[in-house]
Amino acid sequence: MRTVAVVGASLAGLSAARSLRRQGFDGRLVIVGDEIHRPYDRPPLSKEFLAGTMAEADLALEADGEDLAAEWLLGVRATGLDRNERLVRLADGTAVRADGFVIATGAAARTLPGSEGLAGVHTLRTLDDALALRADLARGGRLVVIGGGFIGAEVASTAYALGLDVTVVEVAPTPLAGPLGEAMGGVVSSLHADHGVRLLCGVAVAGLSGESGRVDAVLLADGRSLPADTVVVGVGARPNVEWLEGSGIALENGVTCGADGRTSLAAVVAVGDCANWYDPLAGAHRRVEHWTGALERPASAVAALLSGGAAEPGPVRPPYFWSDQYGVRIQFAGHAAVADSVTVEEGAADDRSFLAVYRRAGEPVAVLGMDQPRLFMRWRKQLAQPAASTASVAPAAVRS
Amino acid sequence: MKIPVCRLADLPRGEAYRLEIDPPVSVFHTDDGEVFAIDDTCTHQDASLADGWLEGCEVECPLHASKFDLRTGSVDSPPAKLPVRTHQVVVEDGMIYVEPSQAVPNLPPCVGARLAGGLA
Repeated sequence: MRTVAVVGASLAGLSAARSLRRQGFDGRLVIVGDEIHRPYDRPPLSKEFLAGTMAEADLALEADGEDLAAEWLLGVRATGLDRNERLVRLADGTAVRADGFVIATGAAARTLPGSEGLAGVHTLRTLDDALALRADLARGGRLVVIGGGFIGAEVASTAYALGLDVTVVEVAPTPLAGPLGEAMGGVVSSLHADHGVRLLCGVAVAGLSGESGRVDAVLLADGRSLPADTVVVGVGARPNVEWLEGSGIALENGVTCGADGRTSLAAVVAVGDCANWYDPLAGAHRRVEHWTGALERPASAVAALLSGGAAEPGPVRPPYFWSDQYGVRIQFAGHAAVADSVTVEEGAADDRSFLAVYRRAGEPVAVLGMDQPRLFMRWRKQLAQPAASTASVAPAAVRS
Repeated sequence: MKIPVCRLADLPRGEAYRLEIDPPVSVFHTDDGEVFAIDDTCTHQDASLADGWLEGCEVECPLHASKFDLRTGSVDSPPAKLPVRTHQVVVEDGMIYVEPSQAVPNLPPCVGARLAGGLA
């Protein structure tokens, strides 16, 4: 393999490029990114960067002096993959021919129909999104967050700390019920009320109102109207795979992949938020939008790419994510949806400091920690073992 | 300056102790019986390495899985980009002492900003 094109220049793309070099690929490496920025870290965009305690330079993912000997094509979007000519077509009319491809085009924030062109309405996915939102939050006033998921909750938390009057609207009866289950979704989302942030659940947004081009209220399906100076729409993301339609690659909820990231096309692998990997533990495909997956999985995908699929897939780690809200560190690993029970094993939910274990037929399948990093770390490692057992989890910390 | 940490007998192998000085230092007792001291705060983002996962002479950050070599402080695995400082460890009469490094610490941006702002 003489040339590899990595399409996507965020965490998954960078991790793939690093893995290529680490695994001995010394050919031509081309990295294509639709944003003009070098790879940067997205999680702080809703937290430290939005709050202003972290600068743009601090977001850089590459270390000083790190040189992958790659050609970077930034600020140009991929528009097509030609399987016969073995090339990626780009929006500027050029194309990159390669022997191997890594698809890492990520996901895009879903928007609210009818919100286009109305000032003061934001989604949050990119650095430029965060800069625009930060400027509007600096105006103060009333913020309405549509969507009580992690992005919405983190923005609400940051805006609360900045002194804004914040309301969160969630269409489901309980926020975060998907990733955390009903019970724990309720516990985590009670952080809003703890801090005087209004949380309205079980009500849909009917639309937005605005005069002279700027939003002034969020209209709810039950007839209420919430005055707003700024609105953030945090209603999930969709995989950026439109550019692959017609290429012959199998697409279903992103790029369909095996357990090692290989796609339906030879010498094409996919990683990160756009990739719907087969999860042997779940027995199903799962498109995981977590930062940790974008960091860790490219090593397996690159091994599969370079070996033509002969490499053993890496160990399957339980999906892991974290969130920081109102000064509380929330960590989760595993699959809540398959659990038949959840119990608090340490601390107390009311104290917002606890560890909860999700089980299916008595076997741990997921773990949630609020401000319990040490215990959580041990449980997370335990979950990663094939035969998870609670017996050998280390006792609580030695502390000064 | 030599700061007492704890008795060696009170720090089991495989465990870590966080010394609450400014900035905090974590002291690790490895499974092989060696004792190392490094800055406790991950250089990537605010997390305590004493809460991390100790394996051999390497600690994994409990938040984002950066790995640091306890012997040198160097980054073995990203996302961290900068090393942690290492500190001299002395064990005398069963007591662990740390001699803090005089080098400038590589604190993560948000922690650095907090310290600079005098809010810590």
